[in-house]
Amino acid sequence: MKMPRLTPPGRFWVISVPYLWLFLFFLLPFAIVLKISFSEAAIAIPPYQPIFQYVEQKLNVALNLGNYIFLSQDGLYLSAYLGSLKIAFFSTLICLFLGYPMAYAIARAPKEKQLVYLLLVMMPTWTAILIRVYAWMGILSNNGLLNSVLMGIGLISEPLQILNTNTAVYIGVVYAYLPFMVLPLYANLVKHDHSLLEAAMDLGAGKIKAFWSITVPLSKTGIIAGSMLVFIPVVGEFVIPELLGGPETLMIGKVLWQEFFNNRDWPVASALAIVMLVILIVPLVLFHYNQAKEMEKKS
Amino acid sequence: MKQAMAKAEPNDFVKIERISKRFDEALAVDDVSLSINRGEIFALLGGSGSGKSTLLRILAGFERPSEGRVLLDGQDITDLPPYERPINMMFQSYALFPHMTVEQNIAFGLKQDRLPKAEIDARVKEMLKLVHMTEYARRKPDQLSGGQRQRVALARSLAKRPKVLLLDEPMGALDKKLRTQMQLELVEIIERVGVTCIMVTHDQEEAMTMAQRIAIMHQGWIAQVGTPMDIYESPVSRHVAEFIGSVNIFEGEITADMEDHAIIQCDCLDKPIYVGHGITTRAQDKNIIYALRPEKVWVSAEKPEGEHNSSHGVVHDIAYLGGHSVYYIKLDSGKLVQAFFANSERRLPRPTWDDEVYISWDDDSGVILHS
Repeated sequence: MKMPRLTPPGRFWVISVPYLWLFLFFLLPFAIVLKISFSEAAIAIPPYQPIFQYVEQKLNVALNLGNYIFLSQDGLYLSAYLGSLKIAFFSTLICLFLGYPMAYAIARAPKEKQLVYLLLVMMPTWTAILIRVYAWMGILSNNGLLNSVLMGIGLISEPLQILNTNTAVYIGVVYAYLPFMVLPLYANLVKHDHSLLEAAMDLGAGKIKAFWSITVPLSKTGIIAGSMLVFIPVVGEFVIPELLGGPETLMIGKVLWQEFFNNRDWPVASALAIVMLVILIVPLVLFHYNQAKEMEKKS
Repeated sequence: MKQAMAKAEPNDFVKIERISKRFDEALAVDDVSLSINRGEIFALLGGSGSGKSTLLRILAGFERPSEGRVLLDGQDITDLPPYERPINMMFQSYALFPHMTVEQNIAFGLKQDRLPKAEIDARVKEMLKLVHMTEYARRKPDQLSGGQRQRVALARSLAKRPKVLLLDEPMGALDKKLRTQMQLELVEIIERVGVTCIMVTHDQEEAMTMAQRIAIMHQGWIAQVGTPMDIYESPVSRHVAEFIGSVNIFEGEITADMEDHAIIQCDCLDKPIYVGHGITTRAQDKNIIYALRPEKVWVSAEKPEGEHNSSHGVVHDIAYLGGHSVYYIKLDSGKLVQAFFANSERRLPRPTWDDEVYISWDDDSGVILHS
């Protein structure tokens, strides 16, 4: 006989708090942006025309699809999206290749040292991102730290042009987002049972083979979590490409800024944001699906 | 194969020669030498920190000894890494790969040898059948019970047909009821395969059930090697006697030592101890220990006849264990003696708390140990 599940009193109110939060600060702003993306630009305050109008006992709903059509017709936007995805993809890859050995080393370090190493990884994030990116400008500029050192030791005769190129964007993005790769990977790797590796070696696998056939597959969820935490925000990243990138750097965050503040074209900017959201929802859903599957396996 | 047989004597298939292992300053294994026969089940028995696990890890190749060498079938394997040794281990936690099915777990070792797929499949099937797990081939380890996991772990470690199988606390992860059943099953499988097996355990009952010979380890060295009966009935030291089973220890002095008997005077007993054989001892070693197992002590209400081997006391405590009861008899000297009382009849008048009783034993019941 199945007992009816006991519902503690006040359950509704407890759950309603996060839902209210999500409604107020996520769904409502999203609805507003969605609404603006379907309106027409105008020289007014706010700079767009209303969608709903009640004139002479008639409710006029004017859904303007022009913004989206405009986005698809101008190649600039498509290349900005692709540019963002490309930079996000390769940054994620670089973060993974740098972050995995770091996370692995921390997870295998003596217990009392792990906390210190983790703090070292996290510490940079305690400073505002803007300040850290400015510091990188100082390092990478033509007469900056890096070029001075390289010229000082005679490795190069004239300064390397790094600042205001995509290379600088990659450096900045990888630098800023590496902790978000390392932490979930560490959380995963630290739980690994070392005897599994010993068992693999005992059964004839060398160290490298054991690593690839045991450690890597078992850290899959960590890899996915870390990659999502890097990929998703990098697609919409604005500060780093704006400060470190150059004319060749075409990212959607920058374009969005320009549409919004320079052109004061709120509807197009909103449409850009909605499309970006749709692009990002795909990996988000994948991530969620992956997590749900993991939870299911554990129960 | 025939050559290898000729090379090594049958009684030193695995030869551990003066192995020592130091961790920083601590000496985990201290100058241990052992020979293990082909096809034997050999147990390393000891408490935690006795060095038994370190010795096993040296055999598996996970630790390199600080001194000494390991010979397998006449070949020096001291410097071989674990993946090149014809030795496989069943881990205490089983260490099954959680992302692989039962089949894939068993096939893992065979794949490392790059065997043809058909052979791998055949061998996996054979192993699954051996451990009665055929119908669970496609399950993941977390969908199996403790006993099933152990069988998979055993199948995985036997799949490569190793020359030596190592078992690290094989029953450590099982509950008591399942333990007894799996001990016998494990021995049956190992014997059917005929593999030489070295196991590590802290559980004396497990060692005695499974192993043909036992080495008792204590603080990094071997205290005694022998069959379960040797070790139980003829312990060589007080430590071994106390480690294996329960024992009553009487400290005494030899007062007469003839060719056919000896007399030991013990302050805590009413009458001297009579031993039915002479004691080969040096003159200065008069102080000895007489170790007497509780099942060899008789408890009776009547005063036993004879001038030796008995003492008077009162029942201090009784532990009823079903098959037998343990009586704690407080002697007049104040010493507490344990005696097993077989509950062979359902209702029998037997001594109860605070009864006056006598304990007695046979001439050859105890063991004389030098202190």
